[in-house]
This record gives sequence, structure tokens and C-alpha cells, in this order.
Amino acid sequence: MQVSAIHFKRSVTEKLNDAKLQNALSRLQTRFVGGRAAVIDEIADFEASRTAAAAIRDCVLKNLDQWLLRFEQQATARGATVHWAESGADVNRIVAEIAARHGVRKAAKSKSMVTEECGLNEALEAQGVEVVETDLGEYILQLAHEAPSHIVAPVVHKNKEDIADLFADKHHLPRKTDIAELCREAREILRPAFLSADMGISGANFLVAETGSALIVTNEGNGRLVTTLPRVHVAITGIEKVVPTLEDVTTLLRLLPRSATGQSITNYVSVLTGAKGADDHDGPEHFHIILVDNGRSSLLGGEMQSMLRCIRCGACMNHCPVYQNIGGHAYGWVYPGPMGSILTPTFVGLENAPDLPNASTLCGACGVVCPVKIPLPDLLRQLREKQMARGLKSWQEKIALKLWSWMARHPAVYALSTKITVRVLKYAGGREGLLHRLPGASGWTDGRDLPAPVGKTFRELYRQGKRS
Amino acid sequence: MSARERILARIGKSLSGSTPAEIDAYLAAHPRGPAPTQLDNLVAHFKERAMQLSSDIIEIADRTTIPAHLARYLAERSLPPRGVCWPAFASLPWGAANLEIAARPANSQDLVGITGAFCAIAETGTLMTLSGPETPPSNSLLPETHIAIMETRRIIGSMEDAWDLLRDEYTVPPRAVNFISGPSRTADIEQTVTLGAHGPYRVLVFLVSG
Repeated sequence: MQVSAIHFKRSVTEKLNDAKLQNALSRLQTRFVGGRAAVIDEIADFEASRTAAAAIRDCVLKNLDQWLLRFEQQATARGATVHWAESGADVNRIVAEIAARHGVRKAAKSKSMVTEECGLNEALEAQGVEVVETDLGEYILQLAHEAPSHIVAPVVHKNKEDIADLFADKHHLPRKTDIAELCREAREILRPAFLSADMGISGANFLVAETGSALIVTNEGNGRLVTTLPRVHVAITGIEKVVPTLEDVTTLLRLLPRSATGQSITNYVSVLTGAKGADDHDGPEHFHIILVDNGRSSLLGGEMQSMLRCIRCGACMNHCPVYQNIGGHAYGWVYPGPMGSILTPTFVGLENAPDLPNASTLCGACGVVCPVKIPLPDLLRQLREKQMARGLKSWQEKIALKLWSWMARHPAVYALSTKITVRVLKYAGGREGLLHRLPGASGWTDGRDLPAPVGKTFRELYRQGKRS
Repeated sequence: MSARERILARIGKSLSGSTPAEIDAYLAAHPRGPAPTQLDNLVAHFKERAMQLSSDIIEIADRTTIPAHLARYLAERSLPPRGVCWPAFASLPWGAANLEIAARPANSQDLVGITGAFCAIAETGTLMTLSGPETPPSNSLLPETHIAIMETRRIIGSMEDAWDLLRDEYTVPPRAVNFISGPSRTADIEQTVTLGAHGPYRVLVFLVSG
């Protein structure tokens, strides 16, 4: 996927002024934020579960090579073929080779963010393989030629009217606006695609080293269909997704849907091990698993390592006041919200996403809700420091900080200039005590007034207080 | 060097590393994480959770009454009295209830699919099914109505209990272990939950006691 994170600021302005988007984003808060709050109490000790989940992920990351080798050994023993991909281009090449080897003309795909990193659909289509996205949200985006704006609810930025127009245009059927009818229409259009696909492509939420299994959760059942009906199944996932045992994956599964959609469990949890047996009626004859690095190994052993704990639930973005106001597209790559503000600069280069580490108020909500306790605000702060150290800040910011540091080291100058400033601002505030406009702070004053200072600095007031 | 070797070399460089023996020991122990809330009445809890997830439940003592109950359930919803079942249920008196039930894997034309389940999990109201020649997963997936026949003695507390049961009764998992928690659903359009996405629109569980 093309990286456009460099245009962050410009897109933010656009998104803030998009009334339809603002309306759509408000729904996310009711359903996902409210939903999560309602179900986390079902777990006897939610905090203990978060701690245990973080420990499981750390245990894997500490010995990632061993766990991957064990997974590969177990999966291979059960008849799966394990491939290793260093980059997105590797993934595309491997899938194209599998498709060619098995004479694949059509692939049905369930949602996978890793394949968004690679741009797999375009690559396969260039090879003459038709690709059909089957997750309802992803299918809508495929029809609209758009990118997902949320890792769990990819089409959150569209309303049902948009989707009704899109379906009427692409399906050539009478326009429907009832949500249940739209869902049924998509089901009826997509069912033949499942049945006629030669290859199913899926992600994997987890890989289980103990059994060599790929685990997939879906609500719609499309994950089950693409891994049951086509004669070839390719599961594509990041190298960090391996967990040791079925018990470990269970601990993580208690947290994933609760944190993601406010569900106690996802409708379908499928644990897939090996290819179809000789007497089985259904299941793929060939099961391929692609382990994708694509920048992940570079996080190991560094200060961003804890980011590899991520289980892609989306809770950080659901709770982020920045995401809640601008949606996912402004972030300019596959992953939005706080986790994206760390992953995008880490994967595609800090210089290509200079605004993302700063696209946070550091309110801390993301760190509080993260089911695997990734210290997201700390990681964002570290990226900001790195940015400063590498001179990747704007000249205005550099000058402002230099000036401030010089003043802070000259208390008399500091006192005098603040004294003058607060008096000027008090005067500018007039009788109302409000500033309608302030040079250099239009980002604030365009939307609301800034309360004017009272005319005395803190130090002056402190001294007065001491005397009285 | 292959991609595999290069990735492993990059990972190995940044890690402290532990031995395959330690990995073996951890896998052999497969410790459980924090326990979920203890449940006193597994059947009642399963029922409550399954119904919250929009599954329908019919409790019976005698499995031979299933066809009559099913015939009524289908008629009430104007659903066709035809379907497919796992071979294990071929001998139930379907014909006596005017149902045409074939013992075979479902295809896309079948509207009613009947299955059993390996066990059920009270914690979340979930059915656990194992794939196999006699237990084709398509019966719980392709038809619009999924009927599951479940013996109450196979209702257990948690998913961890289910793994123990699986390890006891089989050495390794089958090709597909499917946990099913109610009818398929989507909330992709305006975050509004709609039942019946790509899988069944409804799930009916017969709880057979005794």
C-alpha cells in the first residue's frame, strides 16, 4: 500500500470538516468503546488477564526464532507448507507462485491487514488471478476502490446511504437502504464467489506452536468459508503472531474480541491444522502458511519491541481522541490510531511519517486499554525524541524550542518577557477576557476563543500570596 | 542464504535465546492463564450465554423427540422441512415428523444443516465442533439454519477445559476445530449488528439431558 502519511496535516483539516465522517465516527464510540466497557467485567480479574497476556507475548518475543521453528516443524508435520517472506514483494511472489502451481484463477479472501501492507490484491490481479474480498467491509471497499480506515471496522467512514448507492451502481439491482437487506444482497452476490474460488486467502490472528495451527476469528463466517471450500488455502501473517500453546491463545482470546468489538467471543474461532485428510469431504487439499517479516524483526531488541505484542484489536484507536476526530485515512498507511502512529514510522521510515508520533495528545487512554499492555504513549514519546535527535522537526519547532531553552536558562529575561506577554494578552482580551484570534495559534482560535491571561504571571501572584 | 535463514538470523541476533529443551518443557506443562469466573451451574450458564448470542435452545430428555420439535421449529419460521445431517443422526425418526433429512455433507442448496458438537463451553455459550469424515464442517456453515444436537453432560466450563478434553480423546487437533457462538453476524454497516452474514441466520441447539 502506498504511504501517504507525509500529507497528514492536510488530510486532518479535510477530515475535521467532513460532517458525514464525523457522524460515522461517533457511532464507533457508542458501539466499541461502550461495548468494551460493558464486557470487561465478565472476566474475574481483567488486569491479571492483561498482565498474563503481555507476559505470553513477551515470552514469545524473547525466543521468537525458537517458537517460529517449533511452529514450522509442527505445521509441516501436519502437512502444511510453511513459507518465509522478508518483504511485501516476497509475499506477493510466493502467493503468485502458489496460484500458478495449483492453476488458480479465482481467490476468495477474508480480511488480512498484512496483505494490505503488501498490496497483494493488485499483485495477484496483475498475474491474472481474480481476487474477491469477502469480509463485508472489505468487499465494500474493494467495490469503491478505497483503503480500510479501521483495522476491525474497515468501512466505518461510510454510511448506509453511501453503501446503498455503491451496491445499486455495481450490482445493477434495485437500490436498498435497509441494513439487513444490504447484508443479504452482499451475501447472495458473494456466495458463488466462495463456491467457485480455487484458492482461499486469509490472515491468522495467531499461530499455535504446540500444534502447528493457524487460528482465525471472524463474525461473518467468511473466514470459515475461505478456509473450507477452496482447494488451496493460504494463510498470511506476521512472524510475531506465534504463541506457544492452546492455553496461551485462550488467554489472548478472552481479551481480543472484548477489546476489539465489545464481544465476549467472536462468532467463529477456527483452529486450522494441516490439509484435508483422505476421507474428509471438505477442507483444502493444500494448506500454505506464509510467515511475514516486512520490518518486524527490526523492532526486536530495540525500544519498540513491545509493539510486537500487538494483537490488532483496535482498542487504542477506538479510545484515541485524535482518531475519534479524524478517522483512519489521514494516517496515510495500513494502520491508523496510536498503534499506527508507531508502526507506520517504524516500518516506512520516520522521515516519511513525521507528523504521526505527534498525532497524539498523550492522554494515555491507548495505554490504559491495550489488552497486552503496550506502553503506547511512552513509545510515541520515544519516537518524538528520535525525531528531534535526527533533526526531523520543522524549522519553526526547532527555533521555538531553542528560544525557549535559552529563555529558561536566563530567568530574568524569562520573567520580563512573560510579564510583558500576559499584560499584552490581557489587554487584547478586552472586557470579555477572550482572545478571538492569536497569531501562530489559529489552530486553536479558528474553532474557539482562547481565555486571556489575568494580566499577572504565576511568579507575581505567588509572591503576592506569600506576602499576604 | 534463503529468506528463512535471513529472517531467523536477524531475529537471533536480537534475542537472548532459549534452548529447544526449554521450549519442550513449556509445551509439556502448557500452563493455564488466569481462570475465568467459576460457574456452579454449567447447563444454566450455557443456556443463558447462548441465548444472549441469539441462539435458540430447546431442552429435551429423549433424543427421539428431536424430529417433532424440529418440524415445529421449522414450520413456525416458514422454513422448508428438508435438510442434511451428520451420519450419527441418520437413525433419528425424521420421516415420522415429515422431515426429509439426508445424512451427508451440506452443499450450498441445503437450507437446514444438522450437526452434533464435540463439547460446549458454558463460559461463552459456545459449541466446539471437530472436522472429520463423519463430522463435515459444511453442515454448520453453508445452510441458513444450523441445528446442533448437544448432550448436556458434554457442557464444560471453559475453553481450557475443552483443550484438555481434546488432548484426552485425541492426540492432536483435527484439520479444523470450529468454535461456534450463535448465528453469523456483521456490524460492518454503521456498526449495526445484523444476523446472517455469510454463515447461518439462526442456530438452534437441542440440549439433550440424561
